[in-house]
Amino acid sequence: MTTQGSARTPLYDAHVAAGARLTHFAGYSMPLHYGSQLAEHRLVRVGAGMFDVSHMAVTDLAGDGARDFLARVMSNDPHKARPGRAVYTMLLNESGGVVDDVIVYGRDNGYRVVSNAATREKVRAWFDRHAASFQVALRERRDLALLAVQGPQALEIFAATQGVDVAALAPFTSLEHAGSLYARTGYTGEDGLEVILPGEQAVQLWDRLRASGVSPAGLAARDTLRVEAGLMLYGQDMDDATTPLESALGWTVAWDPPSRAFLGREALARQRAAKAARVLKGIVLTAKRIMRPGCVVQTGAGEGEITSGIFSPTLGFSIGFARIPRNAAGDCRVVIRGNPLPGRIVKLPFVRRGKQVFE
Amino acid sequence: MSDAPSEAPPDVPDDLRYASSHEWARLEDGVVTVGVTDFAQQALGDVVFVELPELDSQVQSGVEAGVVESVKAASDIYSPVSGTVVAVNETLEDAPESVNEDPYGDGWFFKVEPDDPEELDELLDADGYTETCESEDGDH
Repeated sequence: MTTQGSARTPLYDAHVAAGARLTHFAGYSMPLHYGSQLAEHRLVRVGAGMFDVSHMAVTDLAGDGARDFLARVMSNDPHKARPGRAVYTMLLNESGGVVDDVIVYGRDNGYRVVSNAATREKVRAWFDRHAASFQVALRERRDLALLAVQGPQALEIFAATQGVDVAALAPFTSLEHAGSLYARTGYTGEDGLEVILPGEQAVQLWDRLRASGVSPAGLAARDTLRVEAGLMLYGQDMDDATTPLESALGWTVAWDPPSRAFLGREALARQRAAKAARVLKGIVLTAKRIMRPGCVVQTGAGEGEITSGIFSPTLGFSIGFARIPRNAAGDCRVVIRGNPLPGRIVKLPFVRRGKQVFE
Repeated sequence: MSDAPSEAPPDVPDDLRYASSHEWARLEDGVVTVGVTDFAQQALGDVVFVELPELDSQVQSGVEAGVVESVKAASDIYSPVSGTVVAVNETLEDAPESVNEDPYGDGWFFKVEPDDPEELDELLDADGYTETCESEDGDH
């Protein structure tokens, strides 16, 4: 496979100019890293980094039935998506499996949904199917670019560079100004912003932030940052065949009011009553090796499997998520290239605001 | 995910010999120093752990002698010649990034006293190794 024929974001030339090593991801040619993914990871933990995530899908919802539509398709509470608020939620199928994980931004006149790049076609078809019974208009916004600016210095630098008062935003809130949406959300476990802006303005924003000391960071650092932060990746940690209760995502399900008949509710309620046999937990490895997805995990309660596994640049050893029997706890073994190596089952997340948080 | 060929062409010094499995060998005063090539370190990405053979152990050419674990994958390191390990680079324990930063210098892995120094003649020269790299790049 080559990157020939891949779609390009408005920032493609900027990535090449910054020395990006490009990778083919979800139909796009995207920066994997710009030299060292470890250095990019560390910069986001101590300073500010920016990620081009314009490959993600943006869908605007409008119409009188938009809220009822969301109440049907989202697992989390649709009332949290008031104007200026952002909500992380699952979209579930009838079996309680995860169709996608998305952020819903409440706006003055409707909603904006940001979903994964790899699920773009599937989610579009699924939205269309379920929207048919509601007064809702869906519009995919391929004209927009997305830039995540993350790190302890991100808000301060951004406010000084762009003259937008983003420092006043509370976590999971947003403001809109001159055609751009600024939200205090992210996928790194650090403070920061996600900016949704007209594609033609992306290069100018990128250049200004770079000149102000924000470093480009690629998809590889984005992955290690999100694992340290205990954040799940769709298609790897959960998918159509696994439920939020099996994926450490039960907190994204709003059971009240009991009358809200969201998709997947019945199947999920049955699993909740019976207790899921397998759940997702954190694993740390004491050996100097790296856990990778697919590694077998041996616990006192039976076997499981690593869904995400990385070298943690902040901690200096390998960490990951594993789907394991519900009652598994304490010490475990992770089979790496045929060798069962000692590990430990821990509570998520691993790192918050640059510091180890598990015991 | 698959990577596009990277920006800068890999460095392949003329005075070294190479294994097609991407190790280099330098013969000096009867001892062969072994490391991984610039092409290999670029393909591996950031190196985070290196497992080296034990001092005084025997290594066989073409047989795994160690493991290099990078952010991307774990890879076996093969000894390009058979012989006795007379030195290992212990600084890689604390500074595995030397493999990325200086693959032909500070990033060396181990030194072997070869059973048969002529075994080096069977390895690739710089031109032959460059061809190997080019054909692998084309496989992407």
